[in-house]
Amino acid sequence: MNEAERLVELIPRLRRYARALVGDRATADDLVQDTLERAWAKLHLYRRGTDLRAWLFTVMHNVHVNRVRASRATDTLEDEMPELAQRAPQGDALLVRDLDRGITRLPAEQRAVLLLVTLEEMSYEQVARTLGIPIGTVMSRLSRAREKLRAMMLGQPLAAKLKVVK
Amino acid sequence: MTEPVSEHDLQAYADGELPEERRGAVAAWLAAHPEDAERIENYRQLAQELRSTYAGVLDEPVPERLEHAVRPARSRRLALVAMWVGLGAALGAVAGWQLHSTQTSPVIAADGATVLARRAAVAHATYSPEVRHPVEVGADQETHLVAWLSKRLGTQLRAPKLESVGYSLVGGRLLPGEQGPVAHFMYQCNRGTRVTLYVRSDMASNRSTAFRYAREGTVGVFYWVDGKSGYALSSGDISKEDLLNVANAAYQQLNPP
Repeated sequence: MNEAERLVELIPRLRRYARALVGDRATADDLVQDTLERAWAKLHLYRRGTDLRAWLFTVMHNVHVNRVRASRATDTLEDEMPELAQRAPQGDALLVRDLDRGITRLPAEQRAVLLLVTLEEMSYEQVARTLGIPIGTVMSRLSRAREKLRAMMLGQPLAAKLKVVK
Repeated sequence: MTEPVSEHDLQAYADGELPEERRGAVAAWLAAHPEDAERIENYRQLAQELRSTYAGVLDEPVPERLEHAVRPARSRRLALVAMWVGLGAALGAVAGWQLHSTQTSPVIAADGATVLARRAAVAHATYSPEVRHPVEVGADQETHLVAWLSKRLGTQLRAPKLESVGYSLVGGRLLPGEQGPVAHFMYQCNRGTRVTLYVRSDMASNRSTAFRYAREGTVGVFYWVDGKSGYALSSGDISKEDLLNVANAAYQQLNPP
């Protein structure tokens, strides 16, 4: 299988991670598309034989950081328009989306670590390589992310599920 | 074994990342610390909940635009290369035949119809990947497009309606042919797959041929000649059967019985 085919094969996993990272489908797929285009253009920088998935997630991480940075200007605008910024959450969807909402409230760098460990089931070492941070930082971000998420969820319907521990 | 249990150990325990020899010690420690045991169990449940929340995404059909970010750019580029190589070989063959023909009669001559198919395939490979400028005149000005191309080709043209087989007109353009202008119509289905119809009005043989199929690189072409008119329908993305289906629909409208 060549690299292009392997990239295509990894698209569903990129989409899953992106969905959890940014929340809504359209924005997540935009992120995936930017990631794939960049990966395709930079494929010559990928070293054959190394972990393509980790490399691809590194590309996605960089693209995401750049996109967030680029949208800062828009955010400032929205702050000046409270009726847009404080849109009411949509009734029924709230329950289903509790965990998603919890995740999006985590600081971005903690969210990335938590999702790579839990969703992608990467080893700590792979996460460290993917995000370009020391393994100790991976561990501390992971434990902070988990504790925050747990605290949020304990105040939510999911808490009932969480407390049923034999 | 006597090492104190750290927070890192607990996290690693929750993720199954703890080395085997350390697992027993951590489990024993957790048995003596129920609050931490509950917390770690919560972490595992959260991870599971997270995976099941997003598991559905893995099974969603991948939007075409995402696959196109990698694959078609590649296959289309390859198709283009294959086309130019194929065309070069074809021209070489024609030149070779012309040189050869002064001495002996040709065994296989590239007749007008096969050249038609080859040129149509090149035009398809050139224009169908275009995102911003696939056509010169869009389908919103279909009447003008057909009138303009008819005038340039010196015969009344028609852009067949292919909605019945799932394709709608994107538009068309004028191309230089071997001897004169050629009309090129592009169609697209709702998944974004394109077929193109190449139309000549100056076929020298002036006789009709049957429906024929040719494959040029990655592009499949159905073509036929009706008097001075030559038609070729090309696609690089759909199967021969699907293309035949589209070609039949076009054929029936362009050559009514």
